[in-house]
Formats: sequence, C-alpha cells, structure tokens
Amino acid sequence: MTEKTFMAGFGGQGVVSMGQLWVYCGMKEGLEVTFFPFYGAEKRGGIARASVIVSTEEISSPLVSAPDSAVVMNMDSLPLCEAILKQGGTLIINSSLVKVDTKRTDARVVKVPCNEIAERIGDVKFANMVMMGALSKATGAVKLDKLEAVLKTFFSESKHKFIPMNMQAIQEGADAVG
Amino acid sequence: MALEKRLMKGNEAIGEAAIRAGCDAYFGYPITPQSELIAYMAKHMLDAKRVFIQAESEVSAINMVYGAGATGARAMTSSSSPGVSLKQEGISYACGADVPMVVVNVARSGPGLGGISPAQGDYFQSTRGGGHGDYYHIVLAPKSVQEAADLTYEAFDLADEWRMPAMILADGMIGQMMEGVSFPEPKDPATRVAKPWAVGNRNGRKDVNHVDSTHLVPEEFEQALHARYARYEEMKKVLPRFEEHFVEDADLILTAYGTSARVCLGAMQMARKLGLKVGLFRPITLWPYPEKRLGELEGKRFLAVEMSMGQMVEDVRLYTHGKSEVSFYGRCGGMIPTEEDVLAEIRKILKK
Amino acid sequence: MELIYGHPKSLKPIQTKYCPGCGHGVIHRLITEVIDEMGMQQKSIILNPVGCSIWASIYFDFDSVQVPHGRTPAGATAVKRMLPDHLVICYQGDGDLAAIGTAEAVHAANRGEKFTTIFVNNAIYGMTGGQMAPTTLVGQKATTAPYGRDPDEAGMGYPIRVLEMLATLAGTKYLARGAVNNAANVRKTKGYIKKAFEAQMRGEGSSIVEILSQCPTNWAISPVESVGWVESAMIPFYALGVVKDELAPVADTVKEASK
Ligand SMILES: Cc1ncc(C[n+]2csc(CCOP(=O)(O)OP(=O)(O)O)c2C)c(N)n1
Ligand code: SF4
Ligand SMILES: [Mg+2]
Repeated sequence: MTEKTFMAGFGGQGVVSMGQLWVYCGMKEGLEVTFFPFYGAEKRGGIARASVIVSTEEISSPLVSAPDSAVVMNMDSLPLCEAILKQGGTLIINSSLVKVDTKRTDARVVKVPCNEIAERIGDVKFANMVMMGALSKATGAVKLDKLEAVLKTFFSESKHKFIPMNMQAIQEGADAVG
Repeated sequence: MALEKRLMKGNEAIGEAAIRAGCDAYFGYPITPQSELIAYMAKHMLDAKRVFIQAESEVSAINMVYGAGATGARAMTSSSSPGVSLKQEGISYACGADVPMVVVNVARSGPGLGGISPAQGDYFQSTRGGGHGDYYHIVLAPKSVQEAADLTYEAFDLADEWRMPAMILADGMIGQMMEGVSFPEPKDPATRVAKPWAVGNRNGRKDVNHVDSTHLVPEEFEQALHARYARYEEMKKVLPRFEEHFVEDADLILTAYGTSARVCLGAMQMARKLGLKVGLFRPITLWPYPEKRLGELEGKRFLAVEMSMGQMVEDVRLYTHGKSEVSFYGRCGGMIPTEEDVLAEIRKILKK
Repeated sequence: MELIYGHPKSLKPIQTKYCPGCGHGVIHRLITEVIDEMGMQQKSIILNPVGCSIWASIYFDFDSVQVPHGRTPAGATAVKRMLPDHLVICYQGDGDLAAIGTAEAVHAANRGEKFTTIFVNNAIYGMTGGQMAPTTLVGQKATTAPYGRDPDEAGMGYPIRVLEMLATLAGTKYLARGAVNNAANVRKTKGYIKKAFEAQMRGEGSSIVEILSQCPTNWAISPVESVGWVESAMIPFYALGVVKDELAPVADTVKEASK
C-alpha cells in the first residue's frame, strides 16, 4: 500500500500540522512516511502546501506529483489539485469554503464541511483535524485507531487539554464521509 | 528491540546525529533552507554545555571550525550553497593543514543568490575541491532523513580517520522534509582516534605542533602534496559506497544521487512495471566516487538524472571510459524532476 | 487644487510582500518621497541587500543592483564612484550591515564614500526566520538564542550600536537614528533621510540613517504590539536623534523641517 496525498490551503489553515500529524500517526502504525512542505521566501499568509506519503514499502520520490488523494482546504487550491490528481484519484474537499463542483468527472469526490463541523465543536482551527479524519476514512491509509495514545506523544504536555477536541474533530470528519 | 523512530526534519536529524557523534563545537550562520539545523544546534549544544556560536559570517564560521579542529575537537558547520561558497577558503586551508571537520551543505539553487528551493548544482564545487589548490575531501550524499543522520554520525569518524573535511551534500528537500528516523547511541569518546598532531595539552611533548598549510619551499611542498594524494588513493580503495538496483540485466541504468535518486527509484519501478529493463546506480560517496563499480558496468546505456544542468553526468562519462552511451536529464533553478518526467525520458531513450 | 498626499512617483503602485506591520514598506515610502521631492527619480540607484528587502527592487521605480549578503557597501562604493552625479542608496538590514558585512560597512564609512546607507535595524534576521542579529537586545529571544540573548554564559556578545561605533571614523559626516513606529518618528526620519541624500548630492562624506523597524512576524507579536516594543525596548537602548553631524553649514530649510 502506498498513499500519496497532496494537501493544499492557505497559511493559517493548519495544512502543515495536518500533514505532520498524518505522517506521525502513519509512522506510529508502522508505515514508512515522508512529509515535504512547500517552503517559500514569502512570509506569513499565502499558500500552504504539503506532499505527504505513507507506505508499506520504501518511499521513492518525496515529491507528490500525481497524488492518489488530494486535500482541498480552500477555493484557490482546487484548480491545482484537479490538475495533478491521478486518474480515478480521490478529491477531499472542504465544502465550507469550496462552493463549486469539480471538473474532474473521473475523480471520487468526498465533500466535508470542515469549517462548519469545527465551529460546532468549538473552534474553526480544528477544521484541519476534521479533514484528517475524513482523509483516514476515505483512504484507509492511516487507520487512526490508537489515536489518543498517539496524540499524547505528538502534542506537548501543555496542549494535552485540546486532545479531546482534536479527537472529536477527527471522529466527526470520519463520520462525515458517507 | 528496534530503536524508536522519531519524526524529524532532515536538518534536525543531522543536528541530533552530530551531537550523538560527539560534536564538541558548532559554528554557523543562518541561511535557508538549513536554518532549522543551526536552531537545533543552538538549543541542544547549549543544553549539553558544548560550544555553539552563531558567527558573523560563513567565512568566520568555517575558520572557527578550523581553529576548533586544530585543537583536536570534533567541530562542525552547516550552510547552504551561497554560504558554502564563502566557506571554501577555510576548507582549502583545512585540506592544506589536514584538519578534520564536518561541513554540511543543504544545497539550494544557484549561481548567485539564486533561489531557496532544492538543487544539485554544487556537485562540481564539492567534488573537485571548491577552493584554490590541489585537494579533495570526503563528500557524502544522503537520500533520506535516516541516511542524513547516519552519514553525519559517521562523517566525524571518517574526517578524523583521514584527517580532512567530510562534507554532507544534501539539498533543500532532504533538509526540509520529515521522515521517521532512529538514532544510534551517543559515541563513546574513548573510541576516537588519537590526534597527536593537535595543538594544546603539550604535557611535556618534545616537539611543538603546528597546524599550518604554508609550504614556501616548492620541492618540499611537492612532496607533501604527493603524500596527501597517496592518502587519497588509499581512500579510493576502501571508501566508495553506492546502492544499486537491477543493474545486471538493465538496458538502461539511471544514475543519480540524493533526492534525484529517490525520484529515479520511483521511475525505475514504474518502468519495470511496463516491462522495461531499467536499473539504478546511486553513489553514496561522491568523493571518492564509486568509479570502480561504474567501470565494471561500462558498455551499458546510462541516463544521469540531476537537479542541475548536468554535473555528475561528467563523472558517469569519465568512469565508463567512453564505452557507454550516457544521456542526461535535468531540472534546475530549484525544480525537482517528477517520476513521470524521468519515465518519459526513459521511454524516449528506449523508444518504448 | 493642491495635492496634499499621493503615491510617490518613484514607488510602484503594487502591494508589497512584506508582512502586515513590517517597517520596510514605510521606509521604502519615505525614501521615494524624498527622491521625488529632490527630482532624482531618473538618477537614483539602490543597492538592495540580502534580507527581506531583497524585494526592494520590485517596488522602486528606479535602477538597482543586487549584491551578495553584506557586500552592499562594496557594491555601492563602486557604483557611486562610477556614477558620482547619481543618488546612490545602500539599503541594509542589521544582519547584512553589522554581521556578515561589518568589514565592508566600516571601510566604506572610513573612506568617506559618498553614498547614503539606509540601515534598517529590526533587531532580528527577518528573512531567514528570526535568528539572532548583532542588534538583538540582551534577553531577546531568537531561534538561535532560544533562551534569550546571553552575552556572558552563552558568549553571544552584546547588541551593537552601529552609529556610535562608526562615529569615531573621520570619514563619516552624517549619522542619525530614526524610527517608524509612530507618525512623529516617521516625520523625523524622513527629515534625516532628506538631509543625508542632500549631503550626498553635495558630495560630502559618508552618511548613514539607521531606522528602528518593526518585525512583528519574527518578534512573534502583533503589529500593534510591535510598535510599542520599539518604544519600550529598542529606543531606550538605541537612542533616537542625530549621532554625528559634521556637514558643511548650508542655508538649509531641511533643518527646520526635521525638527
Ligand atoms: C552568504 C549568505 N549567507 C546567508 C544568507 C542567508 N540570509 C538571507 S537574508 C539573511 C539575513 C537577513 O537579516 P537582516 O540583514 O537583518 O535583514 P532583514 O531580513 O531583517 O530585513 C541571511 C543570513 C545568504 N543569502 N547569503
Ligand atoms: S519577516 Fe519581519 S522584516 Fe521580513 S517582511 Fe516580515 S515583518 Fe518585515
Ligand atoms: Mg534584520
């Protein structure tokens, strides 16, 4: 199994931390993982992108050029994700911010209102975690079954109080995938 | 028990490996895309009560490394391409005075200020003695975060053993990406090679020690250089290291190092699925180059893939002695070739 | 009708890439206002450094030369010597001027090179993501000073007051320090820039205007807090005002304007 995911959004949406947590969970599940962020000279704001791969095999190129799945966190990222998604790949769309339909008729499309769900849980900042839950459910690549223990080692002690909300966000994201 | 894996950036993993290898002193100057490395050293070298200095420039940093190395300490610096150009002065002096050190280049695109994206345009500079004079030094090219850590850990030993700088030639991809990595135990300082040539701690030593690259008598200097080159020949026998896949039955062998070798591995697997007989040859030591193995493969067809306008390809041509058809595919300016790009090139060459 | 406020001609009407609250943009504007007032747009050249202001050349509507990190005064020296009737601006950050380029800065000043240095002191390495600068204050945190700048135990040295250091050199004729954290300081800083540029065009020696500038991103505070930090932390250490003025007396109106 190899799942190559491309994640895209704007700065501040937590795209980078979602990618890191995704591969961290994958690593804890015994997978080979790699995470490569887009790093630019541009300062705050702007675009946030990451190439993320989890696999049972040795990983070849860390750069995801034809993703099996693409995470679309905002409107601006849709055209790029559509352009590179592999034939028959999965597009996971944050339908809170992406209001149009994709042109990719071959793609499996999963729509999750990440911002709405996150806001209901208590903070729009958890939208990335909602998305990660959806990604897990949609691809099955990272199971997220021992989530609580893994989150405890990922987050520093001072952030442990947010773990229940993170878990709820991830769960609701998974549930939102039909 | 398998060592526990940590998820780390390449830059941080290099720092942790250096600390475990017994790096006594680190001197650096900030530059993208290696800045996490200097930050990691700031925190962890200070925590470990070792020497950390953010120098005022790369020129200063490398000469601090030279000074520390002269005392027999394990010293290191890191930078990225424009900064490594500035370090060439100190590297030349270190090679001239036989001072061990570890230099990390998390390369980016050039020439000039260029860009901050990953590139492999520093191959010539690294493998041909990038400063003035007759010299070479060890160059190791990791392909992953794990290998970046492993080679850094080992580089300190190699530098000490052969009395010269050992360079880790990575790139912005290796430095910035995160992968799982496990670390060896900290090295026991008792296992270090003795450095009777180092300055300080004279303790009644009869002769005085001079760490010096000056040779004003041509006859003597020539002899000294010959002696150093004899050491290089020894190294060529024992040091070269490479990884290869399916080269024996290959109609086309991809050659690449570091990041581009990762891309080539993927392209090779895709080609094999299409029934194309493609292999991969990845040098791990760029100096000394695994020239003997390449020579054994002469006659086969090669495709060199690099993130440059073509630098290592010249060594592939050189060491296949004009008996191989060697093609080149490169992306530059900070562009990274994709597996699909390389596959398309393979198909073009094999006409399939 | 009289135009009170407009976009300087020498500044291109594009949005900058600088972070919200960054001082560089304001400083660019001041430079271009003075150039417009002096009618020098066709004869201005900026040497833009390696630092966040690497982008400067995109915004200025006049020629530029980009030099290696810290070599800015060397480049400016030669450009001014080749084109003495031009207004040559050597734009430098604190890392560029006071770390890697100290030698070039000191020697250009000592030779009395007749260009003007605009020295943007934000007490941090902005572009590379918040490492300690030579001007970082004692105790101030940076990625390479994780426990704060510690001159003693960690051997990180003390913040450098560049102008006071250069004031001892006979080649320097005009040294002034301003800030862009409030309207009054912005106005005064513009006066310093104007005075320095005019002195340059009269052929007097080295002129340097240091400008305390906000970097909210790497100080990890809000833009609003950052202007307060300039006031409460930077200005007490880097006193504002004219540090040295050995310009030949001229019947100038600038002196009045900059009060
Ligand atoms: C030789 C060399 N070393 C290091 C760098 C990386 N670098 C780019 S900008 C910079 C420092 C910028 O700080 P400063 O001069 O204070 O300018 P600011 O961004 O704060 O305005 C450094 C170290 C480089 N480009 N070239
Ligand atoms: S990092 Fe600092 S100096 Fe650079 S643009 Fe942002 S605020 Fe300005
Ligand atoms: Mg600065």
